[in-house]
Amino acid sequence: MADTLLDIRGLKTWFKVEDGMVRAVDGVDLHIDRGETVGVVGESGCGKTVTARSVLKLIDMPPGRFEAGQILWQGRDLIPLDQGEMNKIRAREIAIIFQEPMTSLNPVYTVGDQIAEVIALHQKLSPKQAMAGAAEMLRLVNIPNPQKRVHDYPHQFSGGMRQRVMIAMALSCQPKLLIADEPTTALDVTIQAQILELMHEMKDKFGMAIMLITHAMGVVAETCQRVTVMYAGKVVEEAPVEALFADPRHPYTQGLIRSIPRIDRAVSRQARLESIQGTVPSLLNPPAGCRFAARCKYAMDICTQGIPPLKEVAPGHRVACVL
Amino acid sequence: MNAPLAPAEDLLKVRDLRKRFAVRGGIFSRTVDQVHAVDGVSFEIGKGETLGLVGESGCGKSTTGRCILRLIEPSSGEVWFQGNNVTRMGGDELQKLRRDMQIIFQDPYASLNPRLKVGAIIGEALTIHKLAPTQKAMEDRVVQLLETVGLQPDHMHRFPHEFSGGQRQRIGIARALAVEPKLIVCDEPVSALDVSIQAQVINLLEDLQEEFGLTYLFIAHDLSVVEHISTRVAVMYLGRVVEIAPSRELYDNPLHPYTEALLSAVPIPDPTVKRKRIMLQGDVPNPIRPPSGCHFHTRCPIARPDCAQRVPELRESKPGHWVSCHYSG
Ligand SMILES: Nc1ncnc2c1ncn2[C@@H]1O[C@H](COP(=O)(O)OP(=O)(O)OP(=O)(O)O)[C@@H](O)[C@H]1O
Ligand SMILES: Nc1ncnc2c1ncn2[C@@H]1O[C@H](COP(=O)(O)OP(=O)(O)O)[C@@H](O)[C@H]1O
Ligand code: SF4
Ligand code: SF4
Ligand SMILES: [Mg+2]
Ligand SMILES: [Mg+2]
Repeated sequence: MADTLLDIRGLKTWFKVEDGMVRAVDGVDLHIDRGETVGVVGESGCGKTVTARSVLKLIDMPPGRFEAGQILWQGRDLIPLDQGEMNKIRAREIAIIFQEPMTSLNPVYTVGDQIAEVIALHQKLSPKQAMAGAAEMLRLVNIPNPQKRVHDYPHQFSGGMRQRVMIAMALSCQPKLLIADEPTTALDVTIQAQILELMHEMKDKFGMAIMLITHAMGVVAETCQRVTVMYAGKVVEEAPVEALFADPRHPYTQGLIRSIPRIDRAVSRQARLESIQGTVPSLLNPPAGCRFAARCKYAMDICTQGIPPLKEVAPGHRVACVL
Repeated sequence: MNAPLAPAEDLLKVRDLRKRFAVRGGIFSRTVDQVHAVDGVSFEIGKGETLGLVGESGCGKSTTGRCILRLIEPSSGEVWFQGNNVTRMGGDELQKLRRDMQIIFQDPYASLNPRLKVGAIIGEALTIHKLAPTQKAMEDRVVQLLETVGLQPDHMHRFPHEFSGGQRQRIGIARALAVEPKLIVCDEPVSALDVSIQAQVINLLEDLQEEFGLTYLFIAHDLSVVEHISTRVAVMYLGRVVEIAPSRELYDNPLHPYTEALLSAVPIPDPTVKRKRIMLQGDVPNPIRPPSGCHFHTRCPIARPDCAQRVPELRESKPGHWVSCHYSG
C-alpha cells in the first residue's frame, strides 16, 4: 500500500517484573493509512496504551523492552532510532493525547507558554508571534476568550477544556498522525460529544490520520473508518467499521458488541444483557493457544493447541479464530 | 409542590431535599462560599422499582444518595422510608434503618477494607446487626451470600486485592445483601468496570431484585445502562431534578431540553445510525454560583429572557411524566 503511514508488524513489547515477563503487547499487527481514523478497542489491560506508547517510544526501558517486531513510519523502522531522532518525529510528525490531560500538561507554566513552545519547535517565530499562534490554536478548539486564556494555568480549566488544550497543543505541530488514548473516557457525554466533534473538524482541517484508542464501542461506531480489536496483548479482529458491527466474526468482538445496553432499541430493557463470562487472563504467563479460550463458548480442543493467526475472511476483514 | 406519581406503593419519599457544603472561595480568599450540591430534590420510589438517577458529573447524584442514607446530613428537606421520617431519626432507629437501606459504591477498590478477608468484610454487618448467633451460622451465611453473587465459598479466605474489579463489585453487593435490605442505593456500581464485566454485574443486580424483591436507586452517568435497568428515570442538572418519567417514555419523548441534549450525546454502537446531535455549548456552570432562574438557561438552546428570572417548577406534563421547564412539555 503506497498510502500507509504507520505499519506495525509483529510488535512485542514486554515488561520484566519480579514474577516474570508481562507480555503486554505480544505480536501486534496494525496499520494506518494517510488521513484515516482507526479505532483500537478492547478491555482495560489488553495492551492498547502500551501499543500507542511503543509507537512514540515512550515506554520506560527497563522494565519494558521491544522483544520483536517493527514499527514502520512511512517505511522507516522507528525501533532502532535514538532519542534525538525520535524527538524530531514527536515534534513534527506524530502527536499523542492522553486520557488524563493533567498528567501531560505542566502545572507551573501557562497553557499559552506550553503551546507556544510546541509551535516554536517547528517554525521560526518571535516569542510574541508564537504566543499569538497559541491564542489562535485555542480559538480553533473553541476556548472562549483565547487572547486572555493563554495566560491561564492548566488548573484554571475544566476537564473538557484541558482536553481541548491538549488537542490544541498536539495539533500545533501539524502532525500526520494523532494518537488519542481514551481522550474522552474521563468526560461527561455532552463534553465527550464536543471533543469528538472537535477532533472531526480538526481532521477535516489538517487532514491528519487518527489512532483512536477507546473501550467504548459507541465512540468507535461514530468516529472510525476501520477498527482493530485487541484482546490480552493480541489483535483478534480487524475490519472496516460497518463490517465489524454488521458481521463481527470473533467471539470476543461479538460479546463486546452484544453486552452493551442500547438506548436506541426499544426492546433493550426486557432482554437480559449478553455477557462474557469470566475475566481477562493474566499477561504474566498467558495461556497457550487462543487467549480467549477460557471465556469462549465455542472453544474446542484445537483452540488451546496453537495461537490462531489472523486470517482474511473478507476484503480488509481479518480474524484470529479457528472457526 | 406535588411530587411525581409512582406506580406502586412508595417505599421511599424524598421531599425538597437540600444539601449545602461550605467551601473556600479561591486559593487566597478567606470568604466561605456555599456549594448547593442538592437544591430542592423531590421524588419517590415504589416498592420493587428501580429509579435511575442521571446527570453530569457534580450535579448532586451521590450527595442525594448519601443524604437519603444519612451518611451525610441534609441541610433541609425530608426523607420518608416506609412512612417514617428518616431525617428525624436518632441512634437506635438509625441503626435499624441501616439494615433496611444499603449502598454499593462506584469504586470496588476503595470501598473494601484491604486488611480484612472477604469473609470478615461480609460478616461485619452480620455481627453489627447481631444476625449470626454463632461462628458456624456466620460462616454458613457468608457462603450462601458468596454463592448468591456468583463467587466461590473458598473466596471468603482471600483478601480484596486478590480479586478482579468485577469480583470486588460482587463482594460489595454480597456485603450489602448480608443484612437483607429493602432498598439499595447503587452509586455508579458498574462505571469502573469493563463492558463485558459490566453486563455480568447488571444481570446480577436484576436477578437479585427479582429474587429478593429489592428496590434500587440506581445512580449512573451512562444513560444506556440506566435505561436498561430502570423502571423510571430522574434527570438532574446542577442540584435539581429537571425531568422524571418512566424509562422508555423518557428516552422516546424527552421533554426537557437538557434531557434531549444528554440523550443525543450518547454514542450509538451502530455505524449505520446517523442522528442529529444537539451540541451543548460550554461546560456545566460552577455550582457555587449557579445561574439564576432556570439553572440551565446559560446552555439552553430554546431559552427566552425570562428563563433567567423565574425558576421553573417540576410539573406533571403527562401522566407520570414530570418536567421543569417554562417552554417545553
Ligand atoms: N464534602 C464536600 N464538600 C464540598 N463540596 C462537595 C462535597 N461533596 C460534594 N461536593 C460538591 O457537591 C456537588 C455535587 O457532588 P456529587 O458528588 O453529589 O455529584 P455527582 O452528581 O455524584 O457527580 P459524579 O458523577 O462526578 O459522581 C459538586 O459540586 C461537588 O463538588
Ligand atoms: N511499566 C509496566 N510494567 C509492567 N507491566 C505493565 C507496565 N505497563 C503496562 N503493563 C501491563 O501491560 C498490560 C497492558 O497495559 P495497557 O496497554 O496499559 O492496557 P490498556 O489496554 O488498558 O491501555 C497490562 O497487563 C499492564 O498491567
Ligand atoms: S479460537 Fe477457539 S477459543 Fe479462540 S475465539 Fe475462536 S473458537 Fe473461541
Ligand atoms: S426554563 Fe427556559 S432555560 Fe430552562 S430549560 Fe426551559 S426553556 Fe430552557
Ligand atoms: Mg490504557
Ligand atoms: Mg457521584
